[in-house]
Amino acid sequence: MQQTKQILVIGNGMVGHHFVDQLRAKDPLAQITVLCGEAQLAYDRVHLSGYFSGTSAEQLALTTEEAYQAANIQYRLNCWVEQINREQQLVVTRQGGQFYYDELVLATGSYAFVPPIPGNDQPHCLVYRTLQDLDAIAQSAALSKVGVVIGGGLLGLEAANALKQLGLQTHVVEFAPQLMAVQLDQAGGQMLSQKITELGVQVHAGKATQAIVAGAECRYQLQFADGESLETDLVLFSAGIRPYDQLARSCGLAVGERGGIVVNDRCQTSDPHIYAIGECALWQQKIFGLVAPGYQMARVVVSQLTGGGLSFSGADMSTKLKLLGVEVGSIGDAHARTPGALSYVFTDPRAQVYKKMVVSKDGKRLLGAVLVGDTSNYDSLLQYALNDMLLPKQPEQLILPATTGVPLAALTLPDSATICSCHNVAKGDIVAAMDGGCCDLAGIKSCTKASTGCGGCTALLKSVVDDELKSRGVEVKNHLCEHFAYSRQELLHLVQVGGIKTFADLLSRHGQGLGCDICKPTVASILASSWNDYVLKKPHVGLQDTNDTFLANMQKDGSYSVVPRIAGGEITAEKLLVIGQVALDFNLYTKITGGQRIDLFGARLEQLPAIWQRLVDAGFETGHAYGKSLRTVKSCVGSTWCRYGVQDSVGQAIAIENRYKGLRAPHKIKMAVSGCTRECAEAQSKDIGIIATENGWNLYVCGNGGMRPRHADLFATDLDTETLIRYIDRILMLYIRTADRLQRTSVWMEKLDGGLEYLRKVIIDDELGIAAELENQMAALVHTYACEWKATLQDPQALKRFRQFVNSPDADENIVFVEERSQIRPATAEEKHQWLQQIPITQLSGAELPVNALAEEK
Amino acid sequence: MAWADICAFEDLVENSGICALLNGQQVAVFLLELQGEPQIYAVGNYDPIGGANVLSRGIVGSVGEQIVVASPLYKQHFSLTTGQCLEQPDVVIPVYRVKLQQGRVWLNVGQQNQQASAA
Repeated sequence: MQQTKQILVIGNGMVGHHFVDQLRAKDPLAQITVLCGEAQLAYDRVHLSGYFSGTSAEQLALTTEEAYQAANIQYRLNCWVEQINREQQLVVTRQGGQFYYDELVLATGSYAFVPPIPGNDQPHCLVYRTLQDLDAIAQSAALSKVGVVIGGGLLGLEAANALKQLGLQTHVVEFAPQLMAVQLDQAGGQMLSQKITELGVQVHAGKATQAIVAGAECRYQLQFADGESLETDLVLFSAGIRPYDQLARSCGLAVGERGGIVVNDRCQTSDPHIYAIGECALWQQKIFGLVAPGYQMARVVVSQLTGGGLSFSGADMSTKLKLLGVEVGSIGDAHARTPGALSYVFTDPRAQVYKKMVVSKDGKRLLGAVLVGDTSNYDSLLQYALNDMLLPKQPEQLILPATTGVPLAALTLPDSATICSCHNVAKGDIVAAMDGGCCDLAGIKSCTKASTGCGGCTALLKSVVDDELKSRGVEVKNHLCEHFAYSRQELLHLVQVGGIKTFADLLSRHGQGLGCDICKPTVASILASSWNDYVLKKPHVGLQDTNDTFLANMQKDGSYSVVPRIAGGEITAEKLLVIGQVALDFNLYTKITGGQRIDLFGARLEQLPAIWQRLVDAGFETGHAYGKSLRTVKSCVGSTWCRYGVQDSVGQAIAIENRYKGLRAPHKIKMAVSGCTRECAEAQSKDIGIIATENGWNLYVCGNGGMRPRHADLFATDLDTETLIRYIDRILMLYIRTADRLQRTSVWMEKLDGGLEYLRKVIIDDELGIAAELENQMAALVHTYACEWKATLQDPQALKRFRQFVNSPDADENIVFVEERSQIRPATAEEKHQWLQQIPITQLSGAELPVNALAEEK
Repeated sequence: MAWADICAFEDLVENSGICALLNGQQVAVFLLELQGEPQIYAVGNYDPIGGANVLSRGIVGSVGEQIVVASPLYKQHFSLTTGQCLEQPDVVIPVYRVKLQQGRVWLNVGQQNQQASAA
């Protein structure tokens, strides 16, 4: 066994995080410690301006403290390193902490350069770099009307976008005669300027700011070298970045003349035990201010530390982005500086599109390109440039608008072509993933990580996948999985027509292989919807998701939560006491759910029967919180108590919940009943919503809350109870028969050909002549309902499954709770570690307590 | 390497898993039926991705030619023969040898795949 090295990383920006992530994936045992100067772990700086248009800090986060803990990565936040002692291989922090290392990785990044203009240190003169900066900008903007960004490069325009989103009258001041002088040629820069001005951002190019003084109209005045001036309340500097290299300087590492820590092809600094990656590193006199090259450097160092031979050989600096809503792309030699290079230019002054293509002298290779206003050609142009592909005979076709007639031949990329440069995924990797069974975009993304970095390659990835699928003769099918070449609806039909009662029978007659975690639960649900057998009957046991198998909801630590049914949210004081007493006796965490019932968390597998024995004895039934089935029928208090109520909504909710409880469906179903139009039960966000009227009930269908909210549609009005129930019977049964796996009613109805109108025709007018059949099926299911927990408690075979170990009475010692707000919660990875090491922590409550509670029960 | 008597064959659940304690290690034991023949597999019960002892409660099945269990937490698939995670090939769980003798299930105390990354 190789001795594990202590690896210390200074900095947790995008690149530092990528390094940690990659290293942990390659070497699960490496001792990794991260010293992070900011108050939070890595976040997405590329999409920082989204912070002002509603993206939260959580959404920008690239990781969480929990994830680092789970991956056994030590980290310190707000931790500034003051000094590196190379002799002792030790770093010292501002707080005086000391960290030894075997290998040190500097990922300190860069800081915003503030030009030495007199007056640049006033309160509303800010930079745009970190989340903290953004908070400061937002605060300042709230007190400002006009904002100026100094710097018209890529980041400057991002910053201008931020100011514009904050509602400021926005200006951009650029020293060079054009915007984005690094990436664009002069004509491209001018087109960009024109477009941005039309979007309400004033561009002042060729202006050198000499001083920031007090203003007359606004807070400040910028004075330019040509004698002109500009009034503003807020100044944002975005005039480039400078590498954070002070640490390296002060410990004697080689740094560049204009800053940057000198590294070799292995990203090693002048000290072989110290590496530098990302924007702080200087490779062949170049700083790479983009995320993709930084990621590449991170992978190089990971490879060096894990015995690989990867080296850094420079990086492509091409970019495509949307600045203030204007599409801009730049590839390779945008300025046509290669000797003999030829340029093709296309301009559309009406649509304000500018495209330039730089090709080699012989016209065979693409060297660079500039795109402003339309970057739809970017992906294919980039592939030509990166892969040195032979250009078509008439290369201008690549930037000309597609004319009617001959479309361009589909781009056939070599397998080596890089599709995602953030995660270094080549076309070959994607094809291999598809060979391995991934055949949809989501699967390929999660399996190759392609398109999960900056997201710039999303469209290209999709076209590669689509082309590849097409070339394999694959049509997009709704087959359930590799084991059944049928949709859920077709399988249900096969089951019902063929009278099939088990998965094994269905598999041998219509499927192949052994089944999987997709088809097994789906078929279990179909069998339950069709025949309503006890779900834990022997042939069905292995088909269920763990939640259905153990009739409880598995939580992150492998413990379960328990939800007894409280129909309509109505509960007696006696029953409340029972729940409270059970929670106390088994030391469970209790929380009120959104569905008006009580969730009890922290039950161990082996405790579930004892908990349920108590609940069943007290008259409770299972709440099916674990199943794809009816959850709750929420209600307001209704006419019984409420001054405004016009019907007994609680009574109706209880009746409906008891009718449909246990009904297995393609997805969970939620319902609600409101006693008047004030709609206190929020029925219009439910699959089935019922609102009382003076004359009866209004029925709403196919609403949804949660991740994809949808307002329910009014289906029928002023129904009497009998008709109401009949319609709900029919709708639910039709849904069960025709929906796809995991399709909520909202999506199901949107996909129904004809939508709501069609649904009305089938349900109300019985256009298909199936209404009676649907009602009969529902009646059979309602008739055969039995509480699964009651059945389980009477079945010694089924109860045998509720033990942690087949050969020991011990409990799972990985389930550990600590106390928080006077209740238990799962211990974090670090707390568990301490527990297992038997380091005493007073508040820990370990395995003994719940086990004793169980023993008393027996 | 020593063999340990774990349980009776009847304690296994067809097409599903149970969990056993072997020298302090949690082992998930699955009973499958392949071409009419019972086949027993044993792997570590700990899901290194979810960070919990839950694999015995996963659904077993096949992905292509591979016989796998799907973690009930985040649904990654682990090969029952190599211990490798299909979605994250660098994650490998321990695999144990199993034998059936006179109606009893025995597990070998040593892990079959030494390269397992999580123990």
